Amino acid sequence: MPDPLITDLSRLQFALTAMYHFLFVPLTLGLSILMAMMETVYVMTGRSIWREMTKFWGLLFGINFVLGVATGITMEFQFGMNWAFYSHYVGDVFGAPLAIEGLMAFFLEATFVGLFFFGWDRLSARAHLLVTWLVALGANFSALWILVANGWMQNPVGAAFNPDTMRMEVTDFMAVIFNPVAQAKFVHTVSAGYVTGAVFVLAISAFYMLRGRHIALAQRSFAIAAAFGLASTLSVLVLGDESGYAVTDHQKMKLAAMEAMWHTEEAPAAFTIVGLPDQRARETRFAIHVPFVMGLIGTRSLDTAIPGIFELVDHAEERIRSGLLAYEALEAFKADRTDMAAREAFMEHREDLGYAQLVRQFAEDPLTATDAEIREAAWFTVPSVPAAFFSFRAMVACGLVLLVLFGVAAYFTTKEETPPRWLLKAALFSLPLPWIAIELGWFLAEYGRQPWIIEGVLPTFLAASNLALSDILITIAGFTLVYGVLAVIEVRLMLAAIRKGPSVVDELDDLVPGLGEQGRHDPALSPAE
Amino acid sequence: MEFLFDYATLRVIWWALLGVLLIGFAVTDGFDMGAAALMPLVARGDDERRVVINTFGPVWEGNQVWFILGGGAIFAAWPALYALSFSGFYLAMFLVLFMLILRPVAFKYRSKREGAKWRSRWDLAIVVSGLVPPVIFGVAVGNALIGVPFAYDNDLRPDYQGGLFGLLNPAALFCGVLSLFMIAAHGAAWLHLKADPVIAERARKIGKWAAFGAFVLFALGGFLVAFGALGGYELTSTADFRTPSFPLGKTAAEADGAWLANYGEAPLLMLVPALGLLGLAGGALAFWTGRCRVTLVATGLGIAGVIATVGVSMFPFILPSAVDPSHSLMVFDASSSRNTLRTMLLATVFFLPIILAYTAWVYRVMSGRVTTDGLRAADHAY
Repeated sequence: MPDPLITDLSRLQFALTAMYHFLFVPLTLGLSILMAMMETVYVMTGRSIWREMTKFWGLLFGINFVLGVATGITMEFQFGMNWAFYSHYVGDVFGAPLAIEGLMAFFLEATFVGLFFFGWDRLSARAHLLVTWLVALGANFSALWILVANGWMQNPVGAAFNPDTMRMEVTDFMAVIFNPVAQAKFVHTVSAGYVTGAVFVLAISAFYMLRGRHIALAQRSFAIAAAFGLASTLSVLVLGDESGYAVTDHQKMKLAAMEAMWHTEEAPAAFTIVGLPDQRARETRFAIHVPFVMGLIGTRSLDTAIPGIFELVDHAEERIRSGLLAYEALEAFKADRTDMAAREAFMEHREDLGYAQLVRQFAEDPLTATDAEIREAAWFTVPSVPAAFFSFRAMVACGLVLLVLFGVAAYFTTKEETPPRWLLKAALFSLPLPWIAIELGWFLAEYGRQPWIIEGVLPTFLAASNLALSDILITIAGFTLVYGVLAVIEVRLMLAAIRKGPSVVDELDDLVPGLGEQGRHDPALSPAE
Repeated sequence: MEFLFDYATLRVIWWALLGVLLIGFAVTDGFDMGAAALMPLVARGDDERRVVINTFGPVWEGNQVWFILGGGAIFAAWPALYALSFSGFYLAMFLVLFMLILRPVAFKYRSKREGAKWRSRWDLAIVVSGLVPPVIFGVAVGNALIGVPFAYDNDLRPDYQGGLFGLLNPAALFCGVLSLFMIAAHGAAWLHLKADPVIAERARKIGKWAAFGAFVLFALGGFLVAFGALGGYELTSTADFRTPSFPLGKTAAEADGAWLANYGEAPLLMLVPALGLLGLAGGALAFWTGRCRVTLVATGLGIAGVIATVGVSMFPFILPSAVDPSHSLMVFDASSSRNTLRTMLLATVFFLPIILAYTAWVYRVMSGRVTTDGLRAADHAY
């Protein structure tokens, strides 16, 4: 077992680098699609304002994209660097989606993004449009495969522990790919990315309209962002991640923790709007309930009960006891690899091996663990209830605010050219909301997965590398420093680019039809800026 | 077709594909790293430096994916190797990561502002991040050759018993220097082909010596191996390429000169180091005579030959353990399951030709020399 301090620091580093990485990814996802849509309008109508819009948002996209790519490399390497036992134990399953992500998504995205920026003069309008769509497609494929990998950590289907190799191995690839948790996560996450792109475009367009600058670009961008944002927000909320929550024991545990639902209620369960969950007393104080709603969200039905935390802990204890049988047989097989009776005994209970591993946190040798230690291990399967409860509510609140914002914005874009100032201000100040919601969502998904790194298979406290304390302190300090400096530079470049605005833009070529190319470069026709 | 999916065949194919990926990375990202590292020697003033950066401006991003794919493929096909090497070389990997984070940002952000101070800082980042990774990769390969201090415990948890400074032994540093010369020659060949004639001529002069230096070092490496100064291990039990991957099921021992044993058994394999020598010598010669395309092809083949030589010499070892050679990772006991290797092979066979096709298309669209005058006219360049 690695030193618990090393595990904690490795978790801290992973959380820091992953959450930082995910500041850039959603904007890449959303903005690339919006750019492709704008350029499609350009190719279809031939109105050059739409090309200038694509170029302008592309400029901001580029500043963001490069950090998403750069910080993404860290993610792929950290599994091996900080989570060596994890990588060894599940690489047979977990590595494949990452490698396919490289083959199918990264090459596409990275090869064509260069052409997106450098190819404007070298490609025909249609060919360039194709390039832009391929960049967007690459970004979305990348999300698909990384969520297949992440979904497997939450619901490890299509794999089993092989005693001959002492690790998890794939038994059914299709099950890994079509994992319902992964599918739900993919839809939820890319939609959240689209919302982010839409809010970004909406807010900056609102800023220009408030200042009375680049009006033609801002109005069109605002309208397209409002429509796209409304559809995406609906998709995030309706196709929420919770559809994957009925699938596994720990997903049910996460759901119970999000709801601070200590005991099983009769179906359909009530939804707790507010309350104060108390992990020690194992109860929720000052709870205000809305009848039926939870049962509807969690199970999409009126007659399926959602299990509470106490019941799930009892169930975990059963699995621990079954797992200990597997553990005992595996130790015997390890001592004598020709002991086929032990191997067979192991196979009967191997599904629960991970639960026996949990006991190692509380007893040196799980096979001599007392009932009290086993009970303690069973309660260890409960994640932090207040953390799950509040992060979920804050995330949903952000989503609902954005839904209203996009609804109103879409309504006004159909009515008048320039939306009212109060709406523009609201759009501008909503800029941080998608990022807050997304970071909370990841926190909920991953912190809520504890104590597991792979649900039911491997506890987090066993997964880290054997590293020296000095090594990991150096890298945490290094990442913090480098990422901090890059964040400052990125934000300053972004603000400078926004302040400067689209360089060649002008409203003229739209007001004077057919002026097109020449008009843009004629200084006499350009507005003084 | 069924023989293709035999576990033994799959393992050898994936061993070869590991080499293909490393070569793909070294040959593509190698030229932009080499060109970046040479920037202070070949470019004077901001305009010329921009030419250097813009020669690979549209393509470095795709090149870097070879490295990311390499990481992913090792994870999927050789999980034990991925877990062990990435955690064992922890601080060295961090340094590589730091460089690979710095590079994209430097290329992209350098041109966003005019100030001389802003640009010279990013220039420093570009040069350092082109210089350091080739050296580290060379050092890593050197350590793989001489063996790495690791062992497995009862859970098969890898335990690495060395630190960053243990990596910096003379044999590994020798490989680091060879790697740097090779990448510098390749970078020079790229600039010779793509850059403004003034810069191309300077690159030619440097590249000539870099390719010659790499040739001499690689030849010297052969003698070092023969005398056991670059490690050597041999298998002392039988190898069954069809049994499940379990790295504690065989025995192995250290043996001076053992890295040459494969050439004794199959003399045809000598073509591989010969390719390395001919490529590097041919590169030096082509620089001399000023043939652009031939030079780039030659240095690329030289790099491929050098990397393949390491793999062929070590086969079936992938990463020997210096502490307990019987814990070494081998082609037949460190791979993924047959199922995963087969699925990944199908994915690779499907996607790799597509990737190569569109990459070739992008290079063709962006073909031609990058000149100072051309850059002044473009509004979208770096």
